[in-house]
Amino acid sequence: METATIDPVDGLRAECGDGVVKVDILSERRAYVEVRADALPAAARYLWEGCGGRLMTCSGMQVQGGFEILYHFAFDEACRVVSLRVRLPGASPSMPSIAGWLPAAEFIEREMHELLGIDFPGHPNMRHLLLVDDWPECNFPLRLRDDKSG
Amino acid sequence: MAKRTVVPIGPYHPLQEEPEHFRLYVEGERVVDIDIEIGYNHRGIEKLAENLSFDQVPFLVERICGICSTSHPIACVQAIEDAGGIEVPERALYIRSLIGELERIHSHLLWLGLAGHFLGYNTVWMWSWKYREPVLDLFELITGNRNHYAMMKPGGVRRDVAAEDIPTALAMLDPLTKQLLMLKGAVVDDPVIHARTEGIGVLSKQDIIDYAAVGPTARASGVAIDVRRDHPYAAYDLVDWDVAVTENGDVFDKVVVRIVEMLEAVRICRGCLEKLKTVGGPIDSDPKEVPPGEGIGHHEAPRGEVVHYTRSDGTNRPIRHKVRAPTYVNLPTNYRATVGYNISDACIILAAIDPCYCCTERMAAVSTAGERLMDGRDLVRLSQEKTEALRSRMGVK
Repeated sequence: METATIDPVDGLRAECGDGVVKVDILSERRAYVEVRADALPAAARYLWEGCGGRLMTCSGMQVQGGFEILYHFAFDEACRVVSLRVRLPGASPSMPSIAGWLPAAEFIEREMHELLGIDFPGHPNMRHLLLVDDWPECNFPLRLRDDKSG
Repeated sequence: MAKRTVVPIGPYHPLQEEPEHFRLYVEGERVVDIDIEIGYNHRGIEKLAENLSFDQVPFLVERICGICSTSHPIACVQAIEDAGGIEVPERALYIRSLIGELERIHSHLLWLGLAGHFLGYNTVWMWSWKYREPVLDLFELITGNRNHYAMMKPGGVRRDVAAEDIPTALAMLDPLTKQLLMLKGAVVDDPVIHARTEGIGVLSKQDIIDYAAVGPTARASGVAIDVRRDHPYAAYDLVDWDVAVTENGDVFDKVVVRIVEMLEAVRICRGCLEKLKTVGGPIDSDPKEVPPGEGIGHHEAPRGEVVHYTRSDGTNRPIRHKVRAPTYVNLPTNYRATVGYNISDACIILAAIDPCYCCTERMAAVSTAGERLMDGRDLVRLSQEKTEALRSRMGVK
């Protein structure tokens, strides 16, 4: 695997063009890059394959007017974490799965699917991960208190 | 077509703190597929965290795990400090590393004992757990508790290490190095342990990269990642120590990495205690608020990197607190580590990542030829019988 020879954030700008919505470089160690939902798979693939990033985890959450997913990539040799931010407006969020080519994403996408109700079309094995198999459908525990259902 | 038998393992075992359920698909004695189920211990910690203040969340996450009970609080307070731009006094950094490393020693000794038991080496089990006791005593001396130390808080630590306790603590560490070297010799020089663990459960570098595995699981496969060195925090860049890395990716290498890591952990503890003799000052910067923002904290727990992500909206509570434990990424490597190996090796392979793993009395092996029940003890027995057979074949007593 290639190691990061160019800055992953600069590389993302070149790779994804206008797919990159906003870049926040908070410190030498932390950068948050907001990308359009349709550009996320290519951006994640670039960070993993092109830059040698390690998918630490993803963190999904419900925000005002929709949902947000952060894909946290660690660059261990550069002492840096670059997080890709995707905003998904609306009540029925959907995001193409990256677990087909990045096995590290398989568990966390299943988790976000059952706890937040985010759909990941293309996921190879979308069973329940943490909740019991007979958990009621459309009941998502991590959604805000007044919006448990999808 | 060969007859396929399903061997379910789990989900509960009283010795392990986190239940998991494995279904091993076996043809003859060979494992051909594995299915992993987790979620038996889902307690809604992340949702609970949204209802607690930033001062309370470290206490909550400390309860996630009994063995690595300081790993989650360290990652958690670092996430809060990252979000709030909170500084930590130098003395607190040394205390954080000291607690983190003592925890690594007792956790690895616990694992080594269990691994010895699974292989039929109950002497290794007894020795490891005997040597673990003084480490817990040391915890009691420093923190007042043998486990669940409640030392971490945003901005520092909650208790200082008293000057008069430092010589006692150093003296308690003295015999540990010798004992660890003895354990290392007992493992490395034993031909039967070699035969049982070498070339077993091999994970390649690519497997580690694919699953983003961390900790000793990654380092035993030649992937030299260690959050303590790569993303320095606490006092890990202020004292001398080395990252333990081996290349073969099998169970034997995972044992070696953990033993070497314990020796390095003793070095770090010594370095921190020596520094605490001279570095004075406060142990807490006493932050009053966390401004709106988000932060990531990660810590090299005994099993690998633990990640916490927190987001603040300016109130005293996180609006989201995400936790990722190391087993979460190490566990799926079993999809590749167990397949192709013998059922009698499954026990030690599944244990090799040091998961919160279990093989339970409720385990049942159901053969297509008819009913046949096995329990967790049977799996350990299979593993121990293989060691005995090897011992007699190799003429080792």
